[in-house]
Amino acid sequence: MKALLKRKWGRRTYAQQKAAWGVIYVLPWLIGFVLFFFVPLLASLRYSLSSIQANAQGISIQFTGLANYIQALTVNTSFNRALIGSITDVFVNVPLIVIFSLFLAVILNQKFPGRAIARSIFFLPVILASGVIMALESTSLIEAVNQSSMGGSALGTFEIENLMLDAGLGEWVVMYLSGAVDRIYQIVSQSGVQILIFLAGIQTISPQLYEASKMEGATGYEAFWKITIPMVSPLIFVNVIYTIVDSFANNAMTTLIRDTGFVKFDFGLSSAMAWVYFVAIAVILVIVSLIFSKRVFYQD
Amino acid sequence: MMISRLLSLEQWKSWLWSVVRFTLITGLSFVILFPIFQKISTSIKDKSDLYSAVVVWIPQNFSIENFKQAIRVMDYWATLLNTFALSATTTILTTLSCALAGYGFARLKFKGSNLLFAGVILTILVPPTTILIPVYLNLKSFDLMGLMTLIAGKPANLLNTYWPFILTAITANSLKAGLYIFIFRQFFRGIPKEVEEAAYVDGAGISRTFARIMLPNAIPSIVTVLLFSFVWQWNDSFYTTTYLTSSKVMSTQLSSLPYNLAQQVSDGASKADPFYLSMIQDTGILLAILPLIIIYLFVQRYFVESVERTGIVG
Repeated sequence: MKALLKRKWGRRTYAQQKAAWGVIYVLPWLIGFVLFFFVPLLASLRYSLSSIQANAQGISIQFTGLANYIQALTVNTSFNRALIGSITDVFVNVPLIVIFSLFLAVILNQKFPGRAIARSIFFLPVILASGVIMALESTSLIEAVNQSSMGGSALGTFEIENLMLDAGLGEWVVMYLSGAVDRIYQIVSQSGVQILIFLAGIQTISPQLYEASKMEGATGYEAFWKITIPMVSPLIFVNVIYTIVDSFANNAMTTLIRDTGFVKFDFGLSSAMAWVYFVAIAVILVIVSLIFSKRVFYQD
Repeated sequence: MMISRLLSLEQWKSWLWSVVRFTLITGLSFVILFPIFQKISTSIKDKSDLYSAVVVWIPQNFSIENFKQAIRVMDYWATLLNTFALSATTTILTTLSCALAGYGFARLKFKGSNLLFAGVILTILVPPTTILIPVYLNLKSFDLMGLMTLIAGKPANLLNTYWPFILTAITANSLKAGLYIFIFRQFFRGIPKEVEEAAYVDGAGISRTFARIMLPNAIPSIVTVLLFSFVWQWNDSFYTTTYLTSSKVMSTQLSSLPYNLAQQVSDGASKADPFYLSMIQDTGILLAILPLIIIYLFVQRYFVESVERTGIVG
């Protein structure tokens, strides 16, 4: 039997062997995917359509149709606000983070003394940006006192705001920019991974391209727009998606969903909220992909 | 004459740019480092320096009292050990399972493997909150399709054990595992096919080729995944505060720190000074991230280089 098996195995072509091994290599993930992702995903959809009662025998699930969704969207006081708040946050932050990280990656790629130190400082947020630390920081009294004793950032930007308004810039542009200045720490601390990705991308652009353009008389500014931007455009796409997913992973909305589930023990409502949230994210991702797929430049 | 003038203009421009760049980088570095410096400064202050108008950065009376308090309230050494054990275990298991899956998806194509890879992408896109409750209930009465009931008579409760983390790590479904599979797949796709074929001609089977040739080549991506996975597990509050409510790991200790402080640090019947509590809390945060910063100081150069060489870029 063993010999037969071996002969059968041996007679397979290389491609067939590879396919068989492929199944084996992917199998652990597949088990986990079914067990810890796919089945729970379906279960969550089912919970969202049911009323769930925990009792001595475990839990009883009763189908109630869209009641949970209706409750989340029309009755619950904080759901709509949290949802809209987290979506606007994403639309405000994502462009800032992506542009900022591209800009910094370009700078960190240039040669200057202290480059190694600058790089290690800029990637520090990758290890420090964490939910708990951020949350505790915002409640820290000492931080708050220190900030106000240093004059506060509000005063500084107030003057710049007036200056820009006088210069004739539109009001919302000014508000957006001054808001960006106020949130600089948040933006810097959320762009560590994105800077890394851009930096890696910029370093794969062949230097000949820049040399050739320099021969033709292009300035650094032109080279950036005509070479760097098109060459890293697939990565802009990747980073936009990553930033969106990342900023949706931990915010007021997820806190609300968890509290509804684990503090109020309303599993049905919590699941419904989670699904509305997921659908909202999916719609945003689809729209963003559609916008980008037309503009991204691929070398092949 | 004209040329030298132009040259000087060029030089002037590049000099100006250097200044702007220097200012920018120093400023932003300051923004990043400021909170850390502030915590260090706060943590070595004595209680009496808190209200002193003279003290801004360097305290008048140095004190390690804050550290003592924070270490006591957080049960720091035990917590450190637990967190380290948990992070190291999940990191190694996750890296292994994700490397296997990544290689499988990159090079060992089989019928339906593209469809399954779409599943990997789906795990990245679906927010963990959406499936939290079913996974939680599943772990609360873990019953591998009736297998557990068959062996032990009842489903096992895996909450407050390390099993949820180990199981998801073995099966490449732990925190952000989809991203790691993606990184590995991108990297393995970048290795020339000829390498693999040469190994096959020399008589190496597929598993041997993977272990002896592919993995050693993949060190940059392995380092990237190891570090990301370790750090994110260390900092993770999402899963740990759900699955490990009573166990002492860093993020659960941190999130309950304000409460524990208010309970344990009060002098007699009077309520403790909120500023003083905040001071110890800052020390606690510093203690929690300190091991990471120390590790980072040693590996940062290697880390940056290896991420640059990883296949993230594709």
